[in-house]
Amino acid sequence: MALLLSTISRANLIKQVYLPLLLSTLLFCSAAVADTIESPPLETTATITLSERCPPSFMLDDNNQCSLRNLYQLYNSLGNHGIGGLKTALPAHRDGFSPQQIDLGRLLFFDPVLSADQSVSCASCHNPSQGFSDGLGRSVGIHGQQGSRSAPSLWNSTFIKDFFWDARAQSLEEQALSPLFSPQEMGSNPTQLLSSLESVEAYPRLFKQAFPNSKNLNLDQIATALAAFQSSLISLNSRYDQYAHGYADALNKQEVEGLNIFRSFVARCSQCHMPPLFTNQQIAVIGTPEPECMARDIGAEKTFGSAKLKGGFKVPSLRNIAETAPYMHSGRFETLREVAEFYSGGRGHAVPEGEDLLLHWHISEPNLTGDELDRLVDFMGTLSDSSLLPIIPQSVPSGLNAISKKASSDKNISESDHEKS
Amino acid sequence: MKKAKTLGLIIALAAFVGGWQLGTNLNEAPQITSSVGGASYSGGAETNSADRVNTALPERIATGQTLTVNPGDSIQAAVEAAQPGDTIQVMPGIYSETVYIDKDDIHLVGVIEAGERATLDGLGKLNDAILYSGNNILIANFKITRYKGNGIMSQAGNNFEIRNNIIIDTGIYGIFPQLGVNGLIEHNIVSGIADAAIYVGMSDNIHVAHNEVFDSVAGIEIENSRHAIVENNYVHNNTGGILAFITPGLPIKTTFDVIIRNNFILDNNIPNFAAPGSTVAGIPSGTGILVMAADDVIIEGNIIVNHKVAGILINDHGNAPGLTLDPDVDPNADRVMILDNVMHNNGYDTIDEVRAFALTELHTGDIDIFQIGPSQDSCIINRHRYNHVGLGDFAECDFSNTDSTHSYLLAGGAKPRVIASEERGEIAYMGICAGCHAYDDVLIGPSISDIQAMYAGNAEAIVSYINAPVKIRADYPDMPAQNYLDAETQLAVAEYLLNIPLGQSQH
Repeated sequence: MALLLSTISRANLIKQVYLPLLLSTLLFCSAAVADTIESPPLETTATITLSERCPPSFMLDDNNQCSLRNLYQLYNSLGNHGIGGLKTALPAHRDGFSPQQIDLGRLLFFDPVLSADQSVSCASCHNPSQGFSDGLGRSVGIHGQQGSRSAPSLWNSTFIKDFFWDARAQSLEEQALSPLFSPQEMGSNPTQLLSSLESVEAYPRLFKQAFPNSKNLNLDQIATALAAFQSSLISLNSRYDQYAHGYADALNKQEVEGLNIFRSFVARCSQCHMPPLFTNQQIAVIGTPEPECMARDIGAEKTFGSAKLKGGFKVPSLRNIAETAPYMHSGRFETLREVAEFYSGGRGHAVPEGEDLLLHWHISEPNLTGDELDRLVDFMGTLSDSSLLPIIPQSVPSGLNAISKKASSDKNISESDHEKS
Repeated sequence: MKKAKTLGLIIALAAFVGGWQLGTNLNEAPQITSSVGGASYSGGAETNSADRVNTALPERIATGQTLTVNPGDSIQAAVEAAQPGDTIQVMPGIYSETVYIDKDDIHLVGVIEAGERATLDGLGKLNDAILYSGNNILIANFKITRYKGNGIMSQAGNNFEIRNNIIIDTGIYGIFPQLGVNGLIEHNIVSGIADAAIYVGMSDNIHVAHNEVFDSVAGIEIENSRHAIVENNYVHNNTGGILAFITPGLPIKTTFDVIIRNNFILDNNIPNFAAPGSTVAGIPSGTGILVMAADDVIIEGNIIVNHKVAGILINDHGNAPGLTLDPDVDPNADRVMILDNVMHNNGYDTIDEVRAFALTELHTGDIDIFQIGPSQDSCIINRHRYNHVGLGDFAECDFSNTDSTHSYLLAGGAKPRVIASEERGEIAYMGICAGCHAYDDVLIGPSISDIQAMYAGNAEAIVSYINAPVKIRADYPDMPAQNYLDAETQLAVAEYLLNIPLGQSQH
């Protein structure tokens, strides 16, 4: 129900919270952002139990493992690479987690107890109501610290093979722990994290449910549970998908025009943002500008130790892209229209004189018309789908506010809406 | 700067070594191999041995109708009206539109009357002439001109034929199938293209034959693709003639099993007019065949004449400094196999890099074949016929022809995934319905056990409900129509949810 009722307050939220926040960063280039929201009172959590059901789109098997089902499994892809056109299978994915592991991951994901000062949860920067991102150009960690990159959406991360903008992690588990221990993000450390979780009454019991064969609560279990939850975030029922499966009327005339511009060889969008995931999962150096006062982020140059990849970043999936403004690795562009204009503006036009970047060969000079840019934006809007949004816990085991600080919106389905009778 | 220094060093060393070797290699009797009869290549894809497959189109899905498009009509309107199995005939005349085919088994055929063709004219404003993303597509007999993007392009269509089209001055690529399996491109005339006239990208089992390509930067390019044959084409007056490439940074990382045979490759010396930064912008003007990082490439029976730089140029990524880094790509051109070719007047005005490396072998003058970079297990026959550089590690091939390899096309075509009805129902139920429905309790919509009780085994009634849901329970949200699912999937999912037993219901 809440899903259907909800649009106003998100806009208000952006106006009241993010715009001032963005303005403050733009005006002062400051890293400090005040945290004005107080912690909620503690609640009792003794009744929390883990689900025995897989999330939607997952089938429970005889070994208590959830395995993914989606309509793209009706198709093949060339060499099983999971890239192609409309009726093409998706790339390889992660599944096989238990319902309990996924559900424990969900509780951990929303629980600020994972951060050093209990102020920030994973959901603070990966808010379900904002496409699992946060509406910020550069995300904010504990003590109001602003990072240098934007929080990527987590939708469909089960199909992703390299993680972080610079592709420095190769599994969901490897990725999951990194923000917990980053001083700029959640600021914890292994010892503190384990003792925080052990000191919450419910967690040792819940970990035992999710990992019945292990003696102690440990870091691997935390990583597994967070990976399990992230692997369950499936968004494959957009209007684009309906078109892809053969229903021509799913897109209107302008959106189809947009699709044809998107895949045309003038704009070349689909050469990197390849269906059906809308990414080819490669690194691309495209030469977008950084925000004012920020030096060039070298990106994948560091990961791969090669200046050829200076300023290179992972090609992000465009699924739910309309929900995750602002755009690019550091949020330089406020709207999809601005992004489309960037690509149309000519190869290297935003690269400062004298800077040496080996720009991707598809960065050309398409000179799209204003109408064509609008149609591209129309088309990208058809990639939105949050029909399988996970349930946001009404309370988390620590009793802290499940959607902490900046992350709250009534677009989310909460457990109270969900348990209607 | 760094590169120039390195080359200089190599030259200096080689002059020293070469000086005392010079006397020992003179007058050695060449090994002469006849390419008539003898052993035939047997290392290609398994598809080559059984049938002599000449078509990429399988039998039609259905016996369809023929739709006729006349000048003044829209071709796209006919495509939208067409069903799989239909043929669309386009009468001679001018059509200015982008035609896209997002359905299977459509044959789009121009009618040629006394030399007059159905002509797609992009007027210098439209992006692409024909786009498709369906399987079993035929595009034939069109004239295509003045588009900014591509003449004919696909993204993931299997089993296609692109035949007998004339494509003039259409921007980036004339014919560009991408991410497709099993395709035939033959009898097309393509010219005036700023990248490749015919570009096969990330595809498998492709046959490119009897085409004329000219006045383009690249004639025919096989990129990050496998099991391809390029034969009997007339490739002239391009910057580079025929290319077999691995481009780094693409999601599919290999090119192998490519046969380039019996082509006329002549006078490919026009200035490179590719867009700056594009991969083909690095092709030296005056290259007959270019093999870069591709493996298992056989070059046989071609006539390669009049190229400034070289008749055949083989290199690795290490000698192509403008390319990006891709740790997942093998950068070397291994197992290149050069059989008999007629080569004459190549490398007569080559580029400095080639000339400098040739000097390290004390070679001056014409260059038919130039190879640089590591190349394992490569071979050649009758090398004495050519002016060659860099073939020191090439062995003698133990075969002399590819006669036993007719084509790499797949008999009966690439097959779609076959899904049993129950699995189809399960996929659709889990992927869509389970977002709102659980077996025995209420998520957003009513429980499956309620629905089972209500419909009592009547799958058709569920199908008609999900196509156009009406409000039954006042206190539940409206159900969105599931009319985008095809009829087969709708029935499968209806039957599936009627038959979910309690034990298997926990999604």
